[in-house]
Amino acid sequence: MKKLSLCVLFLTMLLSACGDSRVHSQAVYMLVDTSGTYAQEVGKAAKIINYLLATLNPGDSLAVAKVETRSFTEKDIVAKVTFDKRPSQATLQKRAFKSKIEEFTKVAKGTAYTDITGGLLQGAEYLNETKAGTKTIVIFSDMQEELGKGTIRDFPIRLDGIRIVALNVTKLKTDNADPRIYLDRLARWEEKARKAGATDWVVVNDLEYNMESILSPR
Amino acid sequence: MIDWHSWLFWPDNVALSVVTLAILVMLFLYAARKPMHGVIHSSCHLVTQSTRFLSRWLFLIAENLRLRNQSVLFSHSQENAAVMIEREFERVGNIIRKDMQDFPALQRKLSEEVTRIEEDYHKCGEVPPPPPEWVDAIESVSNLKSGGDVPRKLLEDIAKSIHKIHDKIVSEYRRAYEDRHKILKGMLPSWRTVGRAVTEIDKKMLTLQSNAKQIDGQMAKFEGMRAKDAKTENALVSSAFVQLAISGLVMVIAMGGAFINYKLIALPMSEMVGASDYISNNLKTSDVAALVIILMEASMGLFLLESLRITQLFPRIASMDDRMRHRLMLAALIFLIILAGIESSLALMRDMLIADKSSLMRDLASVAPATDDGWFARIPMAGQMIMGFVLPFALAFVAIPLESMVYSLRTVLGALLVQTLRGLGFLVRFTGVLFKRFAKVLELIYDIPIVIPVMIEGWVVASRSNPPEIIQAMPEKTPARKGSAS
Repeated sequence: MKKLSLCVLFLTMLLSACGDSRVHSQAVYMLVDTSGTYAQEVGKAAKIINYLLATLNPGDSLAVAKVETRSFTEKDIVAKVTFDKRPSQATLQKRAFKSKIEEFTKVAKGTAYTDITGGLLQGAEYLNETKAGTKTIVIFSDMQEELGKGTIRDFPIRLDGIRIVALNVTKLKTDNADPRIYLDRLARWEEKARKAGATDWVVVNDLEYNMESILSPR
Repeated sequence: MIDWHSWLFWPDNVALSVVTLAILVMLFLYAARKPMHGVIHSSCHLVTQSTRFLSRWLFLIAENLRLRNQSVLFSHSQENAAVMIEREFERVGNIIRKDMQDFPALQRKLSEEVTRIEEDYHKCGEVPPPPPEWVDAIESVSNLKSGGDVPRKLLEDIAKSIHKIHDKIVSEYRRAYEDRHKILKGMLPSWRTVGRAVTEIDKKMLTLQSNAKQIDGQMAKFEGMRAKDAKTENALVSSAFVQLAISGLVMVIAMGGAFINYKLIALPMSEMVGASDYISNNLKTSDVAALVIILMEASMGLFLLESLRITQLFPRIASMDDRMRHRLMLAALIFLIILAGIESSLALMRDMLIADKSSLMRDLASVAPATDDGWFARIPMAGQMIMGFVLPFALAFVAIPLESMVYSLRTVLGALLVQTLRGLGFLVRFTGVLFKRFAKVLELIYDIPIVIPVMIEGWVVASRSNPPEIIQAMPEKTPARKGSAS
């Protein structure tokens, strides 16, 4: 009887050890650039968020934050959620998340500066706390970082085990005049991400047919 | 790289060196001929003997296995045949119990009918009319000596009376016949009843006869099994192959049903155990839970059929006393109904979850909400619920092909294993025979490079055994010998 109890205990422990759901879950942190003229693109960002809501499963995490003058703060997180394990509850949470985003798109205002690095640091912090198996930072921006006075971001950052996806990287007027500026900008960000330990760097500009590249396949 | 020049005795004269080397090698090989032949022969003999031993061992194992298979096959088949015979006897017993208890009543009815018919028959007997009384009067008149008007008048009166009486008698006679016909008409239902009763008995006898024939057939099989004759064994093995194929087919169909069942409850199970829990890398806890539910249903079905004595996979259940077995049957049935209810509700939940998800997707895609199709849209939901309730019971019957498969698989695997062992034994034996012949081939191959010394040896041996004069005389004798032979 004692042996049987030990066996059952061992089996339970084994199953509980195997059944760590966090390894299979995804966490996505989406940075939405609201600086300058890019604030007009917030409608597109809402569509991306809807796509993420439709694709993410129970147990996954999603957070949406805006990129402002200084983005390394929790105050910039518009909405965040870890979906319940039960599909019905997860559906309710998705509805609530959607309505929060709708409110955000109505009141989103353009800011003077763009602190993408601060947003990345905040995103990495959030994602590491979720302990998800797959971590992704989605940057909905033109990737043109402009830091305000007194904002210090020229130091090495850590993005270990995080995928970085740059979305809707629009071309600026200067990019149109000299495309090398655009290409250099993207190359610089890729180098920065990879140096920080990011597992992947993906640029998605075709938001109609290439949405599935945002999330890594499970 | 090997420098072949080092093998030359005289590097300046390659040909001579090679010839010398060849002669030396030839001499060495010739000197080692007998030991080498011995080595070749011994090695091949060793292989031959080993393979022969191995082959015998394989054949012995195959035979033992065949006997074991035969024993198991006959034992199981005897059990089956005994059950079949028992069932046939039960049927016969039921027929006899059911029909024979009516037999006394039927017999009484028959005897009553027969008595009635007999009585009626007696009533129908033709009674000869009594001799008329006026015959004596005629005799008296005819004895009168003197004629005249008196006798004539008398005779006329008599004639009148006779006519009168004749008419009366004829009418009575007709009435009597009418009465008899009426009696005969009354006998008709009795005849029919008797006829029906006899036909009924005949039918029952025919049923009994067919049952008896089946019992005879089963008994013949049973006797064959007891005698362990090869014909019966072959028939049983063939039957096992057929049984395996049929039960395998049914199991595949059942597995299809189980898969549908699984699909029906896998999604809603995530609502109970969580959608994001994993047991291993690719195995969701909800999927395993759904699988467990299905396996539990199959197990309950198995216990139900076991307790009903339809299958006999667990001897412990079969040997339980009836009250306990009945309780087990009830428990299994209740569990099965509960599981079917759970599955039905899960099917409903599945439909609700899918509807909820599609509504969310429409919201996220900013598409207008779907119009309500009324009761028409609820048909799939009702279908799912019914399937969810019915499939567990259908799955319960898997126990029957499973039992058949288990028993037939044992026989089939045993037969295949015996054939494999025999095949292996044959191959090993064949290899042994090849090696036996191969020894001679190897010896001959060895002799090819030393053919010259061997030929010289042959001549020397021949010259030693035959003196020179005989050798010289031989060519002269040879034709004579040929001639004598012819």
